Amino acid sequence: MALLEIRNVTRRFGSYTAVDNVSIDVEAGEFFTLLGPSGCGKTTLLRMIAGFDLPDSGQILLDGKDMVGIPPEKRPVHTVFQTYALFPHMTVADNIAFPLKMAGKAPQEIKKRVNELLERVHLPNFGNRFPHELSGGQKQRVAFARGLVNRPRLLLLDEPLGALDAKLREEMQIELINLQKEIGITFIFVTHAQDEALALSHRIAVMNRGNVEQIDEPSKIYSAPRNYFVADFIGKISVMNAAVMEAVPSHLKLAIEGLGEVTAPAREGVEVGDKGVLAIRPEQVRISHPSHESQLKNHFRGKVHDFLYVGDVTTYIVELVNGAYIEALLPNSAPGRAKFFEVDDEVTISWRHDAGIFLNDSQ
Amino acid sequence: MKEKRLARLLVSGPPLLFLIVFFVAPSLIMILTSFRFPGEFGGLAPITLPDKAIAEYGFTSDAYHFFFSDFIYTEIFLKSFAVAFGTTLICLILAYPLAVLIARSRKHLRNLMVLLVILPFASNFLIRIYAWMIILGPESALSHFVNTVLGAFGIAPVTLLFSPFAVLVGMVYVHLPFMVLPLYTNLEKHDPSLLDAAQDLGANAWQRFWRVTWPLSLPGVFSGSALVFIPVLGMFAVPDILGGTGDILIGNLIKDQFLGTRDWPFGSALSIMLTLAVLSVAGLTTWFARSATGQRAL
Repeated sequence: MALLEIRNVTRRFGSYTAVDNVSIDVEAGEFFTLLGPSGCGKTTLLRMIAGFDLPDSGQILLDGKDMVGIPPEKRPVHTVFQTYALFPHMTVADNIAFPLKMAGKAPQEIKKRVNELLERVHLPNFGNRFPHELSGGQKQRVAFARGLVNRPRLLLLDEPLGALDAKLREEMQIELINLQKEIGITFIFVTHAQDEALALSHRIAVMNRGNVEQIDEPSKIYSAPRNYFVADFIGKISVMNAAVMEAVPSHLKLAIEGLGEVTAPAREGVEVGDKGVLAIRPEQVRISHPSHESQLKNHFRGKVHDFLYVGDVTTYIVELVNGAYIEALLPNSAPGRAKFFEVDDEVTISWRHDAGIFLNDSQ
Repeated sequence: MKEKRLARLLVSGPPLLFLIVFFVAPSLIMILTSFRFPGEFGGLAPITLPDKAIAEYGFTSDAYHFFFSDFIYTEIFLKSFAVAFGTTLICLILAYPLAVLIARSRKHLRNLMVLLVILPFASNFLIRIYAWMIILGPESALSHFVNTVLGAFGIAPVTLLFSPFAVLVGMVYVHLPFMVLPLYTNLEKHDPSLLDAAQDLGANAWQRFWRVTWPLSLPGVFSGSALVFIPVLGMFAVPDILGGTGDILIGNLIKDQFLGTRDWPFGSALSIMLTLAVLSVAGLTTWFARSATGQRAL
């Protein structure tokens, strides 16, 4: 039995359906992420798990027990809020002690647990400080400690890293992974940042307009998106309109207008005549000098339209002969070489026959 | 640098001048007055002797001796403080839920409610107090109702008007907005996610109030209390109109020294002692507020 079972949960606000018949199982010890653009229903779902909102229909079960009618303060679920929501009139130690006091724990135990958590989040001498004396990252750590100190069955994290700058964010991501591993409490993490979701999670549920589009491990979400929305939302991807010419268990043959024939990996449920898009990740696309004879089945001529140099890699946007654009990623690993091609250079674009994915639900 | 100083002087100069002319100078005059003899027909006796007809002249601390010679004055002081304290407490109890309600209402409703709180200021203060004379008067519906209920329990009828009760009602009525507004201003700034966090971490409704809302609202509680307590201490119109003969407070006593008894030095002495008392209460409150709200920047 899963620790948390969300069964056919629907939540409407007037005529707007924020969460539409969603079912998710979260296992004990998992780092589970709800990922989606703003307004996709992820925060509404989180609030229903915490108890601040109730589903119009469906059930939320924790350890097999229906949570309906149990107010937030009685649920063994704690939340780390986006704004941290630290109590400004209490010291760091009092903030962390708060859930223990509410649970009626003995003073000695409270002291012991608070010190333990302060150590764990690397703030051992910060107990007597007030929240306004802390930096953003320190406040964040105190919020984690306060959420974890009374060992909830579930810790909900509502975009907790959203307010931090990029470098600190990366640090906190690593700390968060370690914290979850050490303490073993199930995390449900809500974010709209796909890189964060990929880096942190055991499993991700990609949400869009109140629906769950796909629940999978990060690598599956990235490499085998189930539909166009997931493919487009996670990472960068180039798309070209395509029609299926041949569908056999080993591969698909696609016709791309003005370009020719492309071989793509097979997919269940795809039939000859289906129209859709071929979606391909920039790092799967090879870019080479036109004189170079490509060994790959899928190769086409193009012209560099633009490029984006970001230090470690350069992304080239190549215009193909049919006017479509495709992105290709080239690592800048050669010493002293930051750029291989210039705008308007003629290039060859190629990708493996098992790269790319045909999606027939586009637009 | 010079321009900056000039600008500062231009900004802070006028209010400073106002305070010097209308607060510092009168206070000094008052202190001086309290150490002089009263004139025969009011006013003050001369400092230097103009002719032998006047027996008392020059400086004296008689007014202060007089204050302590009869316990009745100390008693009036204590009673005034008790009334001020009671009024403040009742205002706080009445204003707090109202301020919470306003602070948690929707924005346009909030503005309307604040408007309603300050609306009484639009009509004259004395007229509003006289209105209470009618409401509490012996022929009023309220009096009839109260005495009918009391009669049913076999208790003799009471008069509501001209009693300490009427004074308290009037005081609370007049000063309630001064408590509501600072409380509302404070409560409105509270981050609602703090209450969510408290609830999420296991606090029930009472614990959320006592451990989050109340401590965070203390600055508002203290400023509201000061705004009620201090004016109530000096108020003479309410006890004059709604109180009985025994309901004299310091305000009335001071007013009488200037307008009735015409003992200016004693009136001045009373005023100075009231000012000192208020200052010490304000000082104590500030100290207490600091320690109660911690090192947090207020």
